Amino acid sequence: MALVLSEDQQLLKDSAKSFCEQNAPVSVLRRLRDSKDEQGYDQAIWSQMIELGWAGMAVPEAYGGFDFGYGGLGVVLEETGKTLVSSPLISTVLIGATAIAQLGNETQKQDLLPKIVSGELLTALALDEHTSHNPSKIATTATKVSDGYSLNGSKTFVLDGHIANMLIVVARTSSDTSSEQGISLFLVDTNTEGLNVTRTIMVDSRNSSNVQFDNVVVAEDALLGELDKGFGGLDSVLDIVRIGIAAEMLGSMQAVFESILEFLKQREQFGVLIGSFQGLQHRAAEMYSEIELCKSAVRAALSALDDPDMTQTEIAVLASMTKAKLSEVFFLVSNEGIQMHGGIGMTDEFDVGFYIKRARVAQQFLGDASFHRDRYATLSGF
Amino acid sequence: MQSLQEFRIETRTWLEQNCPASMRTSMVQEEVVWGGRNVSFTNPESEVWLQRMAEKGWTCPTWPSEYGGGGLEKDQAIVLGEELARINARPALNSFGISMLGPVLLEYGNHQQKLEHIPKIVRGEIRWCQGYSEPGSGSDLASLSTKAELQGDNYLINGSKVWTSYADKADWIFCLVRTDFEVPKHSGISFILFDMASEGVSTKPIQLISGSSPFCETFFDDVKVPATNLVGRLNEGWTIAKRLLQHERTMISGFGLSAGQSDNGGTTSTISSLEGAAMHYRGDSDKLSDPVLRDQIAQFKIDADAFAHTSKRSVEESKQGQGPNATSSMLKNYGCELNKRRYELMLQAIGSQGLGWEGEGFSDEELQLTREWLRSKANSIEGGTSEVQLNVIAKRVLGLPDILSLAQK
Repeated sequence: MALVLSEDQQLLKDSAKSFCEQNAPVSVLRRLRDSKDEQGYDQAIWSQMIELGWAGMAVPEAYGGFDFGYGGLGVVLEETGKTLVSSPLISTVLIGATAIAQLGNETQKQDLLPKIVSGELLTALALDEHTSHNPSKIATTATKVSDGYSLNGSKTFVLDGHIANMLIVVARTSSDTSSEQGISLFLVDTNTEGLNVTRTIMVDSRNSSNVQFDNVVVAEDALLGELDKGFGGLDSVLDIVRIGIAAEMLGSMQAVFESILEFLKQREQFGVLIGSFQGLQHRAAEMYSEIELCKSAVRAALSALDDPDMTQTEIAVLASMTKAKLSEVFFLVSNEGIQMHGGIGMTDEFDVGFYIKRARVAQQFLGDASFHRDRYATLSGF
Repeated sequence: MQSLQEFRIETRTWLEQNCPASMRTSMVQEEVVWGGRNVSFTNPESEVWLQRMAEKGWTCPTWPSEYGGGGLEKDQAIVLGEELARINARPALNSFGISMLGPVLLEYGNHQQKLEHIPKIVRGEIRWCQGYSEPGSGSDLASLSTKAELQGDNYLINGSKVWTSYADKADWIFCLVRTDFEVPKHSGISFILFDMASEGVSTKPIQLISGSSPFCETFFDDVKVPATNLVGRLNEGWTIAKRLLQHERTMISGFGLSAGQSDNGGTTSTISSLEGAAMHYRGDSDKLSDPVLRDQIAQFKIDADAFAHTSKRSVEESKQGQGPNATSSMLKNYGCELNKRRYELMLQAIGSQGLGWEGEGFSDEELQLTREWLRSKANSIEGGTSEVQLNVIAKRVLGLPDILSLAQK
């Protein structure tokens, strides 16, 4: 398990860093928010990201991708996290391409993955139904009808739902509401009759939505993965996404910490730089240590994703370890980001507010720290 | 050039043939081998194991073979470590010579000094202690006042040290002394080595809250030390002192690593893992019944995992750079805090059975746990307090302005 970046990954990271700093700084997100942009992301920037090959980063070459692995996608996400880039990179590339590559049949992979790589297709995952993450508590039903399935129910916290062309819907095909058995996944065109997407404006200014299904009929070949036995595959896709989100969170917390350090080195009070106060130094040193641990956790988890010898359980443990740790530390660093900047940290004009808003959404997305500590304990047998 | 795989096979074969059976079991506290003139082996196989490992220089695998070390490359040493771990081999020798003095002597000592001392460290013939802290110099180590005056070919040493680990059992001491009182405190310190059997040296063990006495007060009364025992240049000992502290911190941060492992080496059966102990003492079968403790243990183990990855990453990164650096302060601080957390959680896991002091009603390992819990409180004091480590991180890693340097002016 490599814990330091390879030369290729370092080059990719450097180029992603300069792209994000020059083309997609935090001011872009601010502009999207202030103009109440209907798409919620900048399409010109997204096109450039596609040209850079980011949409095919972890997609195998056989399906038009660049086979750079999750180690590659991870360093890109770390850099987009630094400037809070709002784009379909998570919903379509990290989630959509992963789900299709992991669970799809040959036809689905041949058909859909190249479209993701080229930017033609945007996807969204319709999973959660409750206010806190619980991937097996699924009440949305998919009932067998003559030439396919009919979906009924509602979903919430669907990232990029209103811009997606296709939803990956987690539905119940048998068993009771909280069973891991009887769960199946479906690919649903967002133009399908009976499907209603409502955009929700979230605190982090990124796209989210609620989705309602009223007798939404899909064909048999819309099934993604095995009927009734979709949970295992879904969970392994979610683990990859959790690790990817953690990489993004790592970038964001580093940006906040850099801003804190810069402020400590230029703000004077009582005639001295405030960075000379031990009360602040020790908090900064503790944050530094926690961020170093986060970096190691993310590197270990990403490199495990590209290691064919790792079992699903080993990856699940790493994913929960990483998501729990990153959620805790991003919470800490985003709070300190406000406090250590003092009054200016409370102003909308200053960027640190965008990070604390993003932090809370990222913390909760696909399981917060306590969800993952519980899962870690269960996976570890206690 | 031998490939790493060939080296692994050869090492595995050698270990199979040479590591005695009882050396492949978890270490028992009383059987830790510290070496030295008065070494005694409670388990005769410990002696065989030490001799065989020392002969190959594998007690100090990366040290130059010229001085008796193993002469291995870093990646070979990692393979050796992995192969030793694979068969659960005990460390053949544990000493401050290996973890602290050796590395700085190799860096700063002259050929004669290395020739005299390094092979004896490798073979465990001399047991070293560390003469650093003084009654008036704890965190402010550089204010030390033990005096060394040159008289002819000797230094005459007067003063006292405190918290000298195992001074009463050590053969030699590496010691910080003041050789110039007229200059700023960091500029008048020298690093010197001498025999604890010298006339004028006396030690007195200090009883700790844990009931044991691993530390001593050490007194020097007109101790005569040959001037050739000074390491590096006169009055430039502080550089060596700090370098040695980095090695010490790296060693101590290892406590945090073992804190995360389910098998804690010294202990066996029921107290080998936090979750195992918590479930055992509660009679739980598949899930720990106390949800708050379960969450705290999970949080601890997650931090310990992330810390283990961080230690590993720092080893990988140091392959590209040189030895430990200021991040050793981060590892030391975090590792110690983890180890203390582990013991606190262990007490919670075991409840009243973890609070015994001595006598009937408690197993040996329960009694040992009480003592180890108390002993762990020193982790964040020895080798530089956690607060000092945070100062070092703030100053050297984060580049924050140093208010202490203003205070010294």
